[in-house]
Amino acid sequence: MAHILLEKTDHLSDTIFRYQKGKHVMATPSQLVLRSDFDFDAGKREKILQTWNDQAASQNVQVRYRSEVTAITGAPGAFTIKLADGDTISAETVILAIGTQGNPNLMRCPGGDLPHVEYQLDDPTAILDEHITVIGAGDAGIENALGLAADPEQRNVVTIVNRSADFSRAKDANVKALTSAAEEGRITILTETSTNRIEPDHIVLDTRDGELRIPCNRIIARMGSAPPRGFVESCGIEFSSKDREAFPILSPVFESTAPGIFVIGALAGYPLIKHCMNQGYDVVEFINGNTNLKPADEPILEAKFSSLPGNRSVDEWLDLLRTEIDILRDLTPLQMREFTLDSDVSFVRKGDVIFDRGAPGSSLFNVAYGGVHVQVNPSDPSIVVPIGTGAMFGEVGLISGRKRGATVVAAEDSILMEIPRNAALKLIATVPAVKRAVTRVSIERQLLQLFKAGLSPSDIAGVVESAETMSVRAGESIIAEGDESYDIYVIRVGSMVVERTIAGKTVFISYLPAGSYVGEMALIEGGRRTASVRAAVKSEVIKLNGDAFRGLLDRNPTLLERLKVDMATRKDVNAHIETMKSTFSDVADMYSSVASFLVENGIGEATDVLLIDERLCVGCDNCEKACADSHDGLSRLDREAGKTYAHLHVPTSCRHCEHPHCMADCPPNAIHRGMDGEVFIDDTCIGCGNCQRGCPYGVIRMDKVPPKKPPLLNWLLFGSGPGPGEPNAKWAKKHGNPEAPKKAIKCDMCAGLEGGPSCVRACPTGAAIRISPEQFLSVSHMQKGN
Amino acid sequence: MAFLARNKAAKRSGPSSHVSFLKYADYRWLKIASGLSALSILIYALIDVEPRHSGNSWYGYTLGTIGAILILWLALLGWRKRSIKPGQWTLKSWVSAHVWLGLSLIIVATLHCAFQFGWNVHTLAYVLMMIVILSGIYGICAYTILPKQLSANRGDMTQVEMLDNLRSIDRQLHDATQPLSTELANIIGASLNADPFAGSILARLKNQYPSCPTQHAFETVGAASRSKATGNVDDIVRAAQLLSRKVTALANIRRHLQLKAQLEIWLYFHVPVTFALIAALTAHVVSVFFYW
Repeated sequence: MAHILLEKTDHLSDTIFRYQKGKHVMATPSQLVLRSDFDFDAGKREKILQTWNDQAASQNVQVRYRSEVTAITGAPGAFTIKLADGDTISAETVILAIGTQGNPNLMRCPGGDLPHVEYQLDDPTAILDEHITVIGAGDAGIENALGLAADPEQRNVVTIVNRSADFSRAKDANVKALTSAAEEGRITILTETSTNRIEPDHIVLDTRDGELRIPCNRIIARMGSAPPRGFVESCGIEFSSKDREAFPILSPVFESTAPGIFVIGALAGYPLIKHCMNQGYDVVEFINGNTNLKPADEPILEAKFSSLPGNRSVDEWLDLLRTEIDILRDLTPLQMREFTLDSDVSFVRKGDVIFDRGAPGSSLFNVAYGGVHVQVNPSDPSIVVPIGTGAMFGEVGLISGRKRGATVVAAEDSILMEIPRNAALKLIATVPAVKRAVTRVSIERQLLQLFKAGLSPSDIAGVVESAETMSVRAGESIIAEGDESYDIYVIRVGSMVVERTIAGKTVFISYLPAGSYVGEMALIEGGRRTASVRAAVKSEVIKLNGDAFRGLLDRNPTLLERLKVDMATRKDVNAHIETMKSTFSDVADMYSSVASFLVENGIGEATDVLLIDERLCVGCDNCEKACADSHDGLSRLDREAGKTYAHLHVPTSCRHCEHPHCMADCPPNAIHRGMDGEVFIDDTCIGCGNCQRGCPYGVIRMDKVPPKKPPLLNWLLFGSGPGPGEPNAKWAKKHGNPEAPKKAIKCDMCAGLEGGPSCVRACPTGAAIRISPEQFLSVSHMQKGN
Repeated sequence: MAFLARNKAAKRSGPSSHVSFLKYADYRWLKIASGLSALSILIYALIDVEPRHSGNSWYGYTLGTIGAILILWLALLGWRKRSIKPGQWTLKSWVSAHVWLGLSLIIVATLHCAFQFGWNVHTLAYVLMMIVILSGIYGICAYTILPKQLSANRGDMTQVEMLDNLRSIDRQLHDATQPLSTELANIIGASLNADPFAGSILARLKNQYPSCPTQHAFETVGAASRSKATGNVDDIVRAAQLLSRKVTALANIRRHLQLKAQLEIWLYFHVPVTFALIAALTAHVVSVFFYW
């Protein structure tokens, strides 16, 4: 086939080329067959690049290097591709495989095109005796600056320039390292400064105090990068939504909305190397007229459907699921395939329990055939709400990140599709109709579940109609003490804290996890708000119109009774705290301030967190040793690090967030929530480090698994091996495999180990405890005096 | 059917209780240990052994067996602590039992020997046991009192961060020394070159470092910065400020190390003497049966 490969740089495979030297590249998903004519297997960056370069040469791939495409115009059969160097190329079809790495934001000031302006720093140790200015104080900029100034022997003079006054975009650890480097005089920091112009050996900056001209041999500009969306859209390709992370709309053969232009790889939404190679192969086959080619994932789907009754083909099953399940109806066949690959389709018998009340789980279920019963009342399983073919369930767990609110049982033999959290969230984000449907159903169900009292969907229709979802920033109030409003709020995502001002001091009253409601007192009793409610973490609430809700209460005396009971409990708590306040002011102060400290440290979004009572901790680090010994010799916990307040210490250790930040951007989708509610990373981890960067609490480390140690008795008796706990780096290096890849390591709550988390079991004094916030932040806990 | 399998997974034990090892399970092991002691005393007082109570009466053998088994079992804590196998056990419960049963040994062993002491291997075993128990009592006290102070002293800093902080001040101090006179530079140089933790284990336990070059430099340079006679005042003031920071940082980390040492020192008696005790105990048991 006549072809030309246009490459922007002067080498092939730029993404992998730019990996650091010696990086181990993974080849997931392992069950996917590689179709490409190029070989690819997990291994070192150099080896992979070598293989590809050799094969590109031997298979006569026509490459035109240093060819940046600026525009694609024309129609199928006659495209004109315009290059940055002024040349044009005509083509019948175009395949875009440009990825999402994007283009770095360029220096726009005069002199920005000079050769010593660079957008990347490969090896900071190779630069000696230079005046270097780093522009941009995000993580990349700070890391570059620190690298350049790390060794005084290099004699570099490093200046870092930041447009704003603080370093809000960078990680805390980086900022700390930067400020201490500045204190030591190794780096100069210029804040509230922008570049005026660049001269061959100098740079002129606009600082707050006026113009500053400093010597400069090299400029490293790290000002972020823009996705190539503008360019892609200019080719006539539409995206699925306005969302920043949206992908182009594609047909089953990866053809975009601009006929004749195909999109594959990361830009099409497939970040894994193997996917991209297969898609490249498939697309060329399609263009060649081989329309019968089945996608490479066909065998995986076949295996998924093999346990189902009915002997249908993969296409028939996909069609059935798409037509039967309400929320999947708007999907394209390509999207359908993708969601099915991530999902589980299973056949259940009448009476099978799908999940139990209180079980952890955040996946979304859909009934493709048959139906299920939701047992809404824990004390009476005979009260059920039926869910029929086409409908979804499990969405409350998906949205709130909390445990399942009700037991669900198959009402008849059924076929169910379970879409895991990430895929479901992607579905909601990409298909607006799905988002509307899920929002409406989830509000309705959440209200039914919350207020129980035998309500039916028609009873609350009016309230649901008036409902409004609002997102609330951490720290923002939804109810202020003394206000005259009387709306009711249901917490859908995140958590809230209730506070009152007593004698001029803010006192913590209670903690409200997702799935609770607040604001009923003012509605039922009238009067002003008696307490403030603010978000502990970024949250989402459903605001129910007070008047609509009052109408509902008028029609449902049982509901009113129920709310009154809840309200009485809350009033008791309030009264209790106020008495405590006047009699044992210190205890109440302590409770209030400890609770605030924990909320500030992110406990509000935790589901299970390790705390250390420093009145008991003797610093033996047996918790860390036990952690390492339970998990391949690597500790997932740093006891000493972290904040302490009133002798309560929050160590650096996973909190198993309701909505884990680490899950947000995992290319092989290797992070899941397990059976005990733990967030864990499975073996498909490719070691990219996205989760580590995404975790705001710094609890994920990238490391290689050390070699196995000799048994404990050999150490005790003969001193062989490094002893209990994480082996020291020297021993691990001597006995380990230097080629072993680094993987992301985090706490998995010792899932599957009898007896539960080792850190707690191994604490000799009882200082280490694991808690969930709603237990710990309760008044009963305070009463016990712990 | 992933979700069906999930439902069948074993339920896990509930959240950990928040009590110290002494209070574990509502003082369960204190109750058991006191019961054992009270029972031993009661029987000792009630029974009539001819010619008198001793280690080789039937009751003496009974208490001796209980005591020997207890000693061996108590010593197993060292293995338990390091062998983190899955299972329904917590180290806290082991430590709780270790502490309270260990204390009851005072009664059991004393009644076993029936207050008969002499210059022999039998009394040696008893004395070694008492040393182990006394060091253990120190340990309980240390574990009760010191953690709070350790926590208050270190605040949000880790030991590594404290050392890094010290090193970072040293680097700045090194630069700040350059413009100073040779005399002052030498005094500060002594502080930079000295190992701040040099000194005996006693110095660390008492947190007393009498000839600390940093303290000396702080005083000398501080005095120089206050006297207006010398030349480059700004440089001296800067060095004095850094030295003041270093003195504070040093005091902080030395206090940290003192507390850590106080928390650990007793183990250097408790553990080796336990091994000596087991050796003496073996000799005691063998000799008793040999001469039987």
